[in-house]
Amino acid sequence: MAHTLFLTSADETPLTLIRNFLKSVLQTESVQAVLVPAKLLPSDTLMPHLISDPDLLAGADPLSPVFPLNASRMAAKLSVKPVQGKIAMVLRPCEIRALVELEKLKQANLENCLLIGADCMGAVSAKDHTNMDPPENFSPPKEENLAPACRACEHFVPENTDITIGLFGITPKETIMLQAGTDAGMTLLKKIAKDTGRQFTEDASERQTAVAEKLKQRIGYRDAMFAATRQALDSPENFARYFERCINCYNCRVACPVCYCRECVFNTDVFDHAPYRYVQWARRKGAIRMPADTVFYHMTRLAHMSLSCVGCGQCSNACPNDIPVMEVFRTTAFDVQRAFDYEAGRDRDDPLPLSVFKETEFTDIVGIESGPTESAGTGNNP
Amino acid sequence: MTQAHHPLIIAFVCNWCTYTAADLAGTSRLAYPENIRLIRVMCTGMVDPQYIIKAFLEGADMVLVSGCHPGDCHYINGNYKARRRIKLLKEILPRIGIEKERLKLTWIGASDGIQFSKTMQELVVQAKKLGPNPVNTQSVR
Repeated sequence: MAHTLFLTSADETPLTLIRNFLKSVLQTESVQAVLVPAKLLPSDTLMPHLISDPDLLAGADPLSPVFPLNASRMAAKLSVKPVQGKIAMVLRPCEIRALVELEKLKQANLENCLLIGADCMGAVSAKDHTNMDPPENFSPPKEENLAPACRACEHFVPENTDITIGLFGITPKETIMLQAGTDAGMTLLKKIAKDTGRQFTEDASERQTAVAEKLKQRIGYRDAMFAATRQALDSPENFARYFERCINCYNCRVACPVCYCRECVFNTDVFDHAPYRYVQWARRKGAIRMPADTVFYHMTRLAHMSLSCVGCGQCSNACPNDIPVMEVFRTTAFDVQRAFDYEAGRDRDDPLPLSVFKETEFTDIVGIESGPTESAGTGNNP
Repeated sequence: MTQAHHPLIIAFVCNWCTYTAADLAGTSRLAYPENIRLIRVMCTGMVDPQYIIKAFLEGADMVLVSGCHPGDCHYINGNYKARRRIKLLKEILPRIGIEKERLKLTWIGASDGIQFSKTMQELVVQAKKLGPNPVNTQSVR
């Protein structure tokens, strides 16, 4: 069944069309408020806002290349208990994927959300945010100006949405595409179709072509980045050197949308070592780097979070010393998720790999021989 | 290498099976190499990946996690969960240049005293073949 609407207006940009669309979303009875990136006076900075006044949606800008934080954390916070009706949430595809992971980690409930995602134009690095105005005349940022995470991102079309706003390959430039992904989204679109007098159609083939082209470009960049990262991180020494500017501020952990523990083990007594321990370590190695445990911290975060990493790049944005953290996580996450045939944020029904097991799986890693045919290291087991 | 390499192997063994097997090996007067340091845990399912990372970062040449045979876990399925965590770590350790082969998982039942001793001997042979953990030979401070 056709579930796609095209909205067009000769004197409006895609951004104003989206703002008007969000207004009609907010005016539906079941929607209490809209969570959307916005620049509301007198503030000069784009940040997620929970907006209940339709007039203030004039400041909403989900197309901005400014990406101050991964809003999935805010979305999760708003979703854990029902309000009367739903909260519409306009999120980037990586934010939605992180939200899906947070739901699996029992930190969010998507039943209370109406998820709206637009084709993602990518974001610039945090340090390039300054003096960035929302593009009133809609033109996506150039690929080479995007943050590395975005340049390597193959998930620029939102998944798991109630409504997707399509922009890629859509002409003329005063047009946006609205596509329903769920029944809730369809109900809303039907109302908009009625109000605007538009007819439902099929997806635009131009969009598919544009998406395929972009995907190819992104995968090319991504694979080159993977290869470079694997090569750079091939020994303990090189790993330590990669993170040598790390000051253990843990900003990457705070910025990470899926690093969800209320109390991180690195903040507990476990890492509150007594002075004599440091001296012992220093004696054994001649010297130890202070702050200590930097390699341990990043390795642990890889073990804890790489299965749920969505590659949003906020860890790199958060680093005060410009360590390319995202590259390490994205590369490792790719290997790890592939090993479990899992992809973070792909499907709400895929269980977290460490929350389940099968009796017959991974038998090749059991035993002290390397071959997969060896038994479990016991001579007398039937 | 001019000096013989004396590998250090950290073994996380479950209370109900592999530790009991080690105990049996001891009471049966079966020797196993002194390169192994046993750490008794209640179940392999409680071995946090952090323990293993820490062991490697502190210079262990190999880490063994050993528990009950499938179906024999005292806590029903801790060993299956451990297997998934080992799988995860085997993908992560190469990022820091530690070979997957340095991390091992075995099931050794409580009555497998002989098997325990044999496994430990074989591990030392493999650890010698692998050579020292690069953490020990490089400047990682």
